[in-house]
Formats: sequence, C-alpha cells, structure tokens
Amino acid sequence: MPSVQDLRRDFPALHQQVNGRPLAYLDNAATTQKPRAVIDAIVRFYEQDNSNVHRGLHALSMRATQAYEGARERVARFIGAADAAEVVFTRGTTESINLVARGLGATLKPGDVILATEMEHHSNLLPWQQAARRSGAELRLVPVTGADAEGGLDAAALDALLTPAVKVFAFTHGSNTLGTVNPAAELCARARAVGAVTVLDAAQTVGHGAFDVQRLGADFTAFSGHKMCGPTGIGVLYGRRALLDRLEPDETGGGMVAQAGFTESRWKSAPERHEAGTPHVAGAIGLAAACDYLEAAGREAIAAHDAALARLAYDRLAELPGIRLLGTRGARGGLVSFAFADVHAHDVVTLADEDGIALRGGHHCNQPLMRKLGLASTTRASFYLYNTEEEVERMVASLRRVLKFFGAA
Amino acid sequence: MSGDLTELYQQVILDHNKRPRNRGRLPTATRVAHGDNPTCGDQCSVYVRLDGDRIAEIGFDGAGCAISQASASLMTTQVKGKTAAEVRGLYDAFHHIVTTGEAPAEISDLAAFAGVHAFPARIKCATLGWHAVLNALNGDAVPATTETRAD
Repeated sequence: MPSVQDLRRDFPALHQQVNGRPLAYLDNAATTQKPRAVIDAIVRFYEQDNSNVHRGLHALSMRATQAYEGARERVARFIGAADAAEVVFTRGTTESINLVARGLGATLKPGDVILATEMEHHSNLLPWQQAARRSGAELRLVPVTGADAEGGLDAAALDALLTPAVKVFAFTHGSNTLGTVNPAAELCARARAVGAVTVLDAAQTVGHGAFDVQRLGADFTAFSGHKMCGPTGIGVLYGRRALLDRLEPDETGGGMVAQAGFTESRWKSAPERHEAGTPHVAGAIGLAAACDYLEAAGREAIAAHDAALARLAYDRLAELPGIRLLGTRGARGGLVSFAFADVHAHDVVTLADEDGIALRGGHHCNQPLMRKLGLASTTRASFYLYNTEEEVERMVASLRRVLKFFGAA
Repeated sequence: MSGDLTELYQQVILDHNKRPRNRGRLPTATRVAHGDNPTCGDQCSVYVRLDGDRIAEIGFDGAGCAISQASASLMTTQVKGKTAAEVRGLYDAFHHIVTTGEAPAEISDLAAFAGVHAFPARIKCATLGWHAVLNALNGDAVPATTETRAD
C-alpha cells in the first residue's frame, strides 16, 4: 500500500478544517470519502460520454453502454464473480436486499423459516420481516452472546436453528455496530448443508479487504458503492446466475423485458431482468473507478491497516473510565463502538466535532440489538485506508476532554 | 471549547442533566405520554396528575442525550401548576427560543436552551419532553415523535 500520506492526497474532502481543527474523518462505516480518480471518472462521463445506455445506436450511447457494461465487468472481477451477468446494479445495499427478499419471499410458504441474526442492520432485518409477513414463513434470529456481544453469534443456537425448514439464511459479513466479522464462508457452507439460500450483507467488508463471492459461497451478496470510495446511489446485488434468472423481478418497466405485450410480457434474464428503467450509469462508472483505486492501493494492505487502527483504538479506549466496548475482543473489522456510563453518544459526538473529529452516535440502525444490550446508543469510530494513528490519538484525547466536561472523569 | 458549544451546554443544562428534577414515574398520574426520537433512540415518558385543567404533579423518565434529558427536567419545573393553555404558550416560547436563539426576558429559565439553535440536529432533542407533555395534556395515547417537519 502506498504511504497513508500519499493516499490522503488523493482525497480532496480530507483537506479541510472543521471548527478550526484539521478534519479527522472517522465515520467510514457510514460512508467513505471519494478519491479524485472516482470524482474525475464521473465528471468525465458527464462531460464526454453522457447518454442513455442500451438500445442506442449513436456514438455517445454506444460509449455509455460500453462504459456501463465495462463497469459491470470491473465489479465482477473485484468480487470474484464467475460471470458479469451475476452483477445487478442497484441503488445500494438496502435496495439489493429488498429486491432479493421480495423475490425469495414470493417462493416461501407457512412452515418455512427465514433465519437472520440479532446483529443485522435494519436493512437486512426489516425486508425479511416483510417477507415473513407476506408469505406466512417464520423469521428466526441467531442470538449474539455476551453482555457486550463479545461472544459473537451463538454457535450452539445456530446449530439448533439451522434445520431443513430454513429456506433463507441472511446475515451480515461485518457488523456496522459491533465491528464483529462473521465467518461467512463457514456460515454459508452450514446453511447450504440444510438447503438454505444464503444472503450476505457485505456492506462493511467488500471495500475493506480481499473479497471473493465464490470462495465465500454466498448465493446472494449485497453491498453499496459509497462505503468503498464510490459514489452514493449505486450498489450491487450479486447472485448466482441460476438463482438470479429464477428470481421474480421486483420492478418492471423499460430495459428489463424480453417481449412486451398488451396484457402480458416476458422478462429478460439477469442482470437486465432486475434493472428496470434507466440505470445510474455515472454511479456504476464511479464504482468501477473505486474498484481500480482500491485494488491499486492493495486490498490486503487496506484490511491490515484498518484492523491495526481498530486494535489501537480499542486498546487506547479501554483505558477510559466507565467505557463499554462492544463486539468481539479479538479480530474485528475497522471499527470500534463504545458507550460511556454517564455521557450520551450524541453529546460525545457533538463535543468531538468541536475538535474536528467526525464520529457517529446513535443506534446505527440496530435498534433491537441495542435494546438487548441495554443501550440507547453508542459512539462509533470507523476507519479506512486514509486514517492515521495520530487521528486515533486525537480522538482519544478529545474523548478525555468530553468525559471531563461532563464530570465523568 | 468554542462559544457555540458553551452556549449549547450551559451550566443550567449540565446541572439538570446531572441532577434531573421530578425524575421518576408518578404513581398518581392521570395522564401518561411517551415521546421518542427514532433517529437518536432518545426516549422520554411524562407522567401528569391533573387537577381540573392544571398540572398538579409531574414526573418524567427516559434515556437520551444531555440536551433531551435536561430539557425534560427543566420542562417539568416550568409546567407544574400551569393550565394546559399556559403550557402550550410556554412550549411556543420554548420552540421560538430553540429555533431562533432569541429569548424574551420574561422566560429567562428557558433561555438556557437558546444555544441549541446553532445545532439544528439537536432541536428535536430539546423539544422531546415538551412533545410528550403536550401529548399527555391532549390525552393522546399515541407516542409523541419529533420526526416531523414541524421541528
């Protein structure tokens, strides 16, 4: 990986003062900053090639189509897909999961079980609640263990829950609230053994290290561009081709139909089948540029860098009085989530912002888990390739000031 | 600490946050309303015993940031003994203070929250307890929510 200082130069948004202090952007689990190469790719498309894709025979439309389909191939390589047709462009992880939940949900019936986990983001929980409601299937959850969820998913409970009645197992690869990274390949294999289709929420992991859908063995994988240096409004649903081609389209309209009649129509196969309407062409091109950027930076190196910062933050934060650190103690993704006994996360975030430090406080779209842990909210620091040890130290110093301000230290 | 932040976390607010007044469920309550702020997860329940149209006793409990909890605490001290119409008048004044930063002299106690106006994301924290007490007065069983454009 190039030096962090070199990488930082690629990100225009990092070079600003916030409240008179240099910005320390530690909110990467929410969204990441964009390198110049991504911004330029989007601008170049709009300045030179902008046109609608497919069906067009003029020069710009052919260029736009080539760029859009090229982006699909780029993303397919980035995630190790066997075939670019297995990459469906969506608005993001949420749309991807809703698409697959509605499609799979239509095949379920009473007596079937949808299995998810207690550490799911609302976007990988609520669509399954809806699917269960519509189909009469039952939604069950794999519990997390430990007062601070430090035990990860309950392996014994999972054994009991993974019965042949489970038709879908949806789970997160990396928890946005806990930092816990689940053993996705193992979980997919166990689900496959009982005949369940697996849906992996990879929003927090695809851009943070090596990632290979075939090695992980998930039937469907969802992620967002903006959490991996790409633009907002673009994401991916990866699906094994045979499954994508069987999945009923969620939206119908232009571009996805093989033959339209006045009263009935036939759909195309994947990916067009699931991409009704004009797609976010510029977004896909930006996402492809992000793939290029991350690969050049070195994906293993990014993973090691993120994990080292999270480990440093975890150890330094553990020294603060009255702190609860959530998630597994050991191996974790590039984020730490914590709560103080006497100071609310929103007060923490407001005061840290005063020091130019961007954190996130709240329930992180994980309300049921927060309730289970007896927390209203946590403060979260999440790291990426451009963050530094100095920023971690600045955060810890700022938090000490916060605790002092509220008379908690 | 910048001026804006010192304005936000006034001593009065820090004090109410640390030593909340009228905290706790009121066993004699004749009205109860619950407020929540889905974005933050802040919660506030307000218990009121009405004597005619007047708040004879009030209590609150909940969990949330210093702004939301201090505001609910201060609110209880301001509305006790007031009629429903008077409480609505106070809320209008409070809302004006937190959204504009302008505090009329005659309601100096609530003026501590004037600093909130510089932090638009926190206005809903400051108004949470007030929404709950208004709902309690309206006899409204529906939980108050601050997730409306009215804020």
